[in-house]
Amino acid sequence: MKGQYRKVCLFFILSLFTVFLSIFLASCGPQAQKKEQVKSIKIWHWMSDREEAFLELARRYEKETGVRVNFELYAPSDAYTQKVRAAAQTNTLPDIFGILGEKRYFASFVKSGYVYDLTEEMDRDMGAWKNKLFVKALAVNEFEQENSFGVKPGIYGVPIDVTNIQMLYNKDLLRAVGADPSNPPKTWKDLIEVNKKLKANGVHGLVSGWGEIWMIDCMASNYAFNIMGKDKVLATIRGEVSYTDPDWIKVFDLFREMRDEGLLASGIVTMVNKTAEQLFANNRAAFAFNGSWCVNVYKGMNPNLNYGAMLPPQVSDKYPMTIWGGAGSSFMVNKQSKDVQPAVDFLKWITDAPQQIFLSKEAQGLPSNKYSLKDMPMVLSQFASAMDNTTHPNVWGVSEFPAVIEAFNKGIQYIIIGEKTPEQLAADIQAVKEREMAKKQ
Amino acid sequence: MRTKTILQNYLFVLPAFLIFSIFYIYPFYKVFTLALCQWDGIARFDFAKNFIGLRNFIELFQDKIWWSAMLQAGYITLIALTFQNALALGLALACDRDMKGGNIYRVIFYLPPVLSEVVAGLVWKWIYDGNYGLLNYWLQNIGLSNLVTDWLSNPKTALICVAIIHCWKGFGWGFIIFLAGLQTIPRQLYEPAKVDGASSWQMFKSVTLPLMVPVFILVSILTVLGTMQVFVLILSMTGGGPGYHTEVPVTRILASMVGSSRFGYACSQGIMFGAVLLAVSFVQIKLSKYMKQA
Repeated sequence: MKGQYRKVCLFFILSLFTVFLSIFLASCGPQAQKKEQVKSIKIWHWMSDREEAFLELARRYEKETGVRVNFELYAPSDAYTQKVRAAAQTNTLPDIFGILGEKRYFASFVKSGYVYDLTEEMDRDMGAWKNKLFVKALAVNEFEQENSFGVKPGIYGVPIDVTNIQMLYNKDLLRAVGADPSNPPKTWKDLIEVNKKLKANGVHGLVSGWGEIWMIDCMASNYAFNIMGKDKVLATIRGEVSYTDPDWIKVFDLFREMRDEGLLASGIVTMVNKTAEQLFANNRAAFAFNGSWCVNVYKGMNPNLNYGAMLPPQVSDKYPMTIWGGAGSSFMVNKQSKDVQPAVDFLKWITDAPQQIFLSKEAQGLPSNKYSLKDMPMVLSQFASAMDNTTHPNVWGVSEFPAVIEAFNKGIQYIIIGEKTPEQLAADIQAVKEREMAKKQ
Repeated sequence: MRTKTILQNYLFVLPAFLIFSIFYIYPFYKVFTLALCQWDGIARFDFAKNFIGLRNFIELFQDKIWWSAMLQAGYITLIALTFQNALALGLALACDRDMKGGNIYRVIFYLPPVLSEVVAGLVWKWIYDGNYGLLNYWLQNIGLSNLVTDWLSNPKTALICVAIIHCWKGFGWGFIIFLAGLQTIPRQLYEPAKVDGASSWQMFKSVTLPLMVPVFILVSILTVLGTMQVFVLILSMTGGGPGYHTEVPVTRILASMVGSSRFGYACSQGIMFGAVLLAVSFVQIKLSKYMKQA
């Protein structure tokens, strides 16, 4: 009985082994190779608002080329960032992915061999691909000669849209308080004057998501560029100019002035951008500091919102008003992917005019292809026209220490809540800067 | 035969040991290793190249923001230990009696812990909103306009507001444990006290309180561990602001890891935080032993 049982077991195990062996051999056969010819590309992205548009583009691409494109959405962006970093450590990055955050993180990805150098592809056919993209959008994905990150010069990413951050003004509210909506404030003085009227009528002045502190950084650096010029700002980052310089104190003092003049909506220091967008979309604030993505957001919140975009009112006429902008979202090709060329081909296709027009229309955003600026809403055109005024920390070639950025942004919050003076803040930031520089040496 | 049995025993323990090693020992080892390194979480990890010794810990000891975050978490914990647990005990005592609809009250009191922390945080953020919040609206309606403020953006009120919501969210746990503890006290112990004419307070002081000591200890340990690690509520309500006024250790760890990409420093913060919690728990256990003996 026992012997029979053993025989049954042996037979069962041998059968299983035979089945698995057959499956394994079959998968290595010519049939499998045939299947391999049907290429597919995997893309990880974080843009939940563009998911549907991406899926439609993937369908179109497969129809045109037979290459299947699998878009995988991982949102929100924080979670996406962590996923990409973890995948890099385990060599499981998809064919195409995005790198969010500061340029030094991008540089670290490149230096670790995760990102394919697209320079040759961009320059091919007299730079056909490169030339159709906005220069400023491309610059965000480029590492120049002798960059401070120690990355081999080249282009490592493809922008699929562009964005910039400006001031929005509510035309109806301005009209209601007797200001001219066709002539929004151009100088700081004008802004303060208009705010007096708004205040007298109980209307909030400026809303912005300053609880998400990078937006404070953005506004402050706009004014730093306007007050002291690009060279001095970059010299500060390099450690050649102190944050206690009178020009920096002037920048910080603008936040004190905004607070004292009652220009800032109450609760702005802990306000997330979504709340700020709701307030502006519901006609509860006359000005907003927001990015071009807001056009899509406001459309969803209040399709009848009557508003326009303008450059932040300038404080000084010594230097031009510069705003943050450039590539909104960029894709990179995984250097270790087996399908580098199909991935590059897809990125070329998605940045072609028809696809860019489709994406721009669907997501109400600015295309990265400069020949796709067609049939755009008025506000979006205003954003597009300001592209010449854009800059971005990722194109400066130098980057500030994270601890200094945090001290800078949180410090401005302290000015807004009245716990620090501009002078105190300047001294605090400089102390952090010196500490970080000493650590580096 | 004996060797075979021993081997068999080890074989049975092996799966559990493997799981424990993979999910506990290895991560612990990795955290300790990373704490001695400077690594951005992107570049390939090379211990020899990234090793910086105890520099992360030295920096951590000098990090004022970290220690103020620790103090702020301690402040919320203190409020939770006193007010939250007092409320939980009071309600548990009330529900311990035979009363009509007792189960309904139990469900109601246990609702806040069941709610998602993010949802609770966002709802309360809306209630506290300085512009259109319900709290300010009610205050104005009852003639207390002078109290109207930006609750979460005002540095004087932000932390206490977060602490109150944490207590509201957490008292249900204490309530359930206290109630379970109260129900284990034999009713016969109260009968002689009643016959002797003891008041409710005297019965509570002399019968309930001594028998509830182990439960108090359990609840206080859970409260300390849970509150010190408060995080989601803060992230959804204030993001640590205004300034650093509502920062707690976990938000600082997150800032180091995600914000600055300093994995090594974040790990050293995690170890330090763990050590502090361990020390606090150790003191609590020692105290509880002393109280039991007393």
